[in-house]
Amino acid sequence: MMRAARLRRPPGGWATALVAAALLALLLWSVVYPNAAIIVGSFERGLGDWRDFAGSPADRDALWGTVVVSIGSVIGALLIGVPLAFLLSRTEFRGRRVLSAVATLPAALPPLVGVLAFLFLYGESGVVTRAVQHVLGLESAPWTLTGIPAVIFVHAYTMYVYVFLFVSAGLERYDTTLDEAAAGLGASRALTLRRVTLPLLTPSLAGAMLLVFMSALGSFSAPYIFGGGARVLATQILVSKLNGALGLAYVETTVLAVTAVLALLLLRRLEGKRQYSVAGKGRATRQMLRSGTARALLPPLALTLVVLLVLPHLMVVLVSFARDGAWTTQIMPPEYTLDNYRRLATERQLWRPITNSIGMSAAATTANAIVCFAIAYVVVLSRAPGRRAIALLAALPWAIPATAIALGLAATFDRNAPEQLRVLLVGTFWILPLAYFVRNIPLVTSAVEGSLRQMDPTLEDAARGLGASRWLALRRVIIPAARPGLVAGTMLAGVAAVGEFVASVVLYTHASRPISVEILSQIRNTAFGTAAAYSVLLILLVLAITIGARWLEGRFIAGEGVMNAGR
Amino acid sequence: MDEVLGQQHPQQPARQVTSARDAGGGARRASALVLEQVTRRYPGNPEPSVDGVSLSIAPGELLALVGASGSGKTTTLRIAAGYETPDSGRVMLTDESGATRDITHETPQRRGFGMVFQHYALFPHMTVEQNVAFGLEARGVGKAERLAKAREALAGVGLDDKAARPVQALSGGEQQRVALARALVISPRVLLLDEPLSNLDPTLRQSMRDELRATLRHSGVTALFVTHDQEDAFAVADRIAMLAQGRLLQVGTPEELYHAPATREVAEFVGRAALLPAERMSEGVWVTVGSVALAAPARPDANADGGSGALAAVLRPESLVLVDDDEQPAWEGTVAGRRFAGGHTVYQVRLESGAVVEVMGNGFGAPERGTVRVRLSGQPIATVRA
Repeated sequence: MMRAARLRRPPGGWATALVAAALLALLLWSVVYPNAAIIVGSFERGLGDWRDFAGSPADRDALWGTVVVSIGSVIGALLIGVPLAFLLSRTEFRGRRVLSAVATLPAALPPLVGVLAFLFLYGESGVVTRAVQHVLGLESAPWTLTGIPAVIFVHAYTMYVYVFLFVSAGLERYDTTLDEAAAGLGASRALTLRRVTLPLLTPSLAGAMLLVFMSALGSFSAPYIFGGGARVLATQILVSKLNGALGLAYVETTVLAVTAVLALLLLRRLEGKRQYSVAGKGRATRQMLRSGTARALLPPLALTLVVLLVLPHLMVVLVSFARDGAWTTQIMPPEYTLDNYRRLATERQLWRPITNSIGMSAAATTANAIVCFAIAYVVVLSRAPGRRAIALLAALPWAIPATAIALGLAATFDRNAPEQLRVLLVGTFWILPLAYFVRNIPLVTSAVEGSLRQMDPTLEDAARGLGASRWLALRRVIIPAARPGLVAGTMLAGVAAVGEFVASVVLYTHASRPISVEILSQIRNTAFGTAAAYSVLLILLVLAITIGARWLEGRFIAGEGVMNAGR
Repeated sequence: MDEVLGQQHPQQPARQVTSARDAGGGARRASALVLEQVTRRYPGNPEPSVDGVSLSIAPGELLALVGASGSGKTTTLRIAAGYETPDSGRVMLTDESGATRDITHETPQRRGFGMVFQHYALFPHMTVEQNVAFGLEARGVGKAERLAKAREALAGVGLDDKAARPVQALSGGEQQRVALARALVISPRVLLLDEPLSNLDPTLRQSMRDELRATLRHSGVTALFVTHDQEDAFAVADRIAMLAQGRLLQVGTPEELYHAPATREVAEFVGRAALLPAERMSEGVWVTVGSVALAAPARPDANADGGSGALAAVLRPESLVLVDDDEQPAWEGTVAGRRFAGGHTVYQVRLESGAVVEVMGNGFGAPERGTVRVRLSGQPIATVRA
């Protein structure tokens, strides 16, 4: 009896193939479809919106501003991050431990909160600004924190952490005998740095530059608050949308996304070009500096840096106790109260954003944990058809600025049209969790993939060979192997979601507004105390998630709280 | 003689090498390096890593620093190189002009030494010739000249055809030769080598030993090299300095270390030896196993001067023979194992006392687990403090 029509078993089995197909469908629907809708939407009036974009001075400014801000942020972050990484990994001095401990602090601030802290400190009526004005006896503020320089300043402060962490990690792996070899061959420190050390750190530097560039490119909060007259694409998109020029917003979004993808490809090439395996035993010992002057200057410098790094956090805490409306022209807020916190806890309207943020981020993060584990499993351990496409699509949201993702979702899920695979989510609770979920797919997936790649792939076969069911192998072998990455990735996703601002501000409704959006509206009402109280609450939530994850994993997870990208 | 010394090269007095090279014209005189009472302590370690070590390396001499891991040999080398500063003691250099100066606090950049690292520390982002030319680049040598010199140095180690390759494309042995060329091309005053052969597989290692010695000899450079492998040291060095727990135990030629070890550690580290309790009498060394005491002449140059404390005889395989007569006193034992060592068989014999000695077979066909009689061969025996 011939059964010619019988389907051939796909590699990896039917069950895995089905999971892979479902994942592919989900990614196509949630990642590709909305972005395709944007591109299609930009041509809805033919080339009309593109012509408007090309002809608009505001958009030309915005494009230029975006490029300047991105490159400037990269330079600023490098200028702070590289020397700091070298200082902390290579030298020993009084205060090194304290400086080390606070060096990553800026990244632990939720995006909008960091900007807020800068406003309180260095804004036109900020504490530092007024103190300097007072001390120098000036008529007006010595500087204004507006425009592109201000945005770059804030970015450099918050994003140098990427450079610092990447270069520190690079130096950790770096084989210091290479430097010794160069020195032994007579090379000066400068020559060694230029010809040996920095070229070998290229992958770390490129990786960090990429991250800073992408974050700065999609950055929304700093330009939004400090931009003044300066425009960048991320904010311009929102302006166009609010003005009802949706087609133009789509064009701007497309341009932004394409720029991001181009930058990604460019820097990835640089990153991969110089990967060397270094075999030596690079014992990176910290050394005392030989020069007496440098040795004397380092501790005070370290102290200054520590103060600069801790100040924003302290400022937010301080302002959270300031009575709303009382702080006008004084250097420091004149009156302190617990009212801000009391009102958050008692007034329904003020409590709502807190439950919103927790609920929406919990929903998104749970989905991330399940879906991204499945993606990582299919990509790393299975031979299911389509797994390459899945890997690519899962990485895609990383290259697309949050504003673009948000606008894509807004453009796609604005109506019920089952025949077009559209459901109405805009205006409901679910649109924000969906946005958080999409944004965090790359983060969680790559974390789980990292853990699974360290696992010996024959372990699963070994378990099945010993008679374990697929479920038992999953539960006893694969999930334990994936756990460190899963916990770390989920934690970072939770941190990013609970403070998310960029997508939220595009998609929120009054009923579903998260903490970050509420902070913004409190600032608009000059209720700085309330805004700061929300900020402190947000910091505490981030802290709780971090501690919870550490408790769950029972050990230190490197790089915590760092990846809340897309400021 | 043990197989270790079987491959011993003919000894060449260091001074002759220097003068021969001077006669060859052009080349500068080799430098001499002296370490005086050097001590280095790491924070958190109660014992110093290097404890009062004094060493003197003559111009053109190849000195090996041997010892187990943790004996302080690498730290001593790093002090000589300038990567570490000793807590006390001095490092003195007599350079090519004949002037002697204290370089204890000089940076590696200024010393003008060459260093071959254990993992070679080749710059992975540079080609073979860029690596070799780097030291010349640091000295401001023009590009054409430094590349020409690099090629020349690479030709000296037989790698001129691979000059344009990335270093990571080279095999371990080739990388080792590049590291050597890179260190030699700058005409170093002193060449320092940190376990230069430890990363090579055993077959390659054998041939690289001879090659390393030939290259160093040819260059006439003064060299200090660190190894944990006595065979490396015997094959390459003129003299050997042995360290244990940061202290220098003995410095001497391989023959001196083998035949006249200063301490128990040296005797056990160098070659194969059984140490049995012994007494020194005027007529020689008496070794007693069970109730049988046997005597052999004492080495005249052996250090143990009969002072206080118990002594041990250093019994090499060639110090003992197997005998099949019952007439003269001998130790009884059982054959615990044997190994063929190229030309002769060495027997491990467990004596009545439980001690195991190695005995040169000399065509004696004893079965394993068989009973044999062992006697001293009559060769002079060294003693050390027990």
